[in-house]
Amino acid sequence: MVPISYYLVLSGILFGLGVIGFVFKRNIITIFMAIELMLNAVNLAFVAFARAWNQLDGLIFVFFVIVVAAAEAAVGLAIAIVIAQNRRSLNVEDVNLLKF
Amino acid sequence: MSLPIILFFVCAALAVAGAIALIVAREPIHSALSLILVMVTLAVLYLLLGAEFIAAVQVIVYAGAVMVLFVFVIMLLNASAEVRTNWSKMAMYVGVPLGIFLLLEIAYWVWRSSVGPNVANGATAATGAFSTRALSMELFKHYLFPFEVTSILILIAILGALVLAKRSE
Repeated sequence: MVPISYYLVLSGILFGLGVIGFVFKRNIITIFMAIELMLNAVNLAFVAFARAWNQLDGLIFVFFVIVVAAAEAAVGLAIAIVIAQNRRSLNVEDVNLLKF
Repeated sequence: MSLPIILFFVCAALAVAGAIALIVAREPIHSALSLILVMVTLAVLYLLLGAEFIAAVQVIVYAGAVMVLFVFVIMLLNASAEVRTNWSKMAMYVGVPLGIFLLLEIAYWVWRSSVGPNVANGATAATGAFSTRALSMELFKHYLFPFEVTSILILIAILGALVLAKRSE
């Protein structure tokens, strides 16, 4: 069997790549995708720990994370549509009303 | 090397490659396709871990519903290649060091938990699959209230998306 630590290392790498994408991308839709990538990385860690301790609670957590991610994607993309209509741009640099 | 290890490394390599492609790609649609690749490989890893129900939900909800939503919005808004801009001074001198610090911290704790002295005894994992029947019993007995709350959350999300995306005249 594959050691659990391998899954944790993969989860850490994916989460780090998600953070990098979140910080460096300029397109608002791609930023949402980076957030989804981070959520997926955390899900992988949850399932790996559920396997390591043979407990079902980790899988239940993953289930709820997936539900919340779906809700977040729906609302977030609606916000992206509104921003695209108002600003005629998807670049986050153009949405700077609260920036000092 | 046994078959699960080979399968793990193939899937892990594909997942990391997809994640890097997500960051490097300039067209949002390319990023979306890379993210679908990451999600499908993660579903294979869930199968490898014996979580069959989660693997199915991953493919149906994430790779199916959520990514269709993303691709639909990309097409709807006609999203083109992103423009590169210069970083602000704040991002340069505060953001980048803090980001590197965060990555080092994650790497340290993963290393601590897997190679260090605190490694768990069950670290090589039990075999066999989680039973979906046991999972549903757990979900509808102990976690019934959170489950009902998530249905309210979904309802609010639908209403929020409708209200936000409606054209205000």
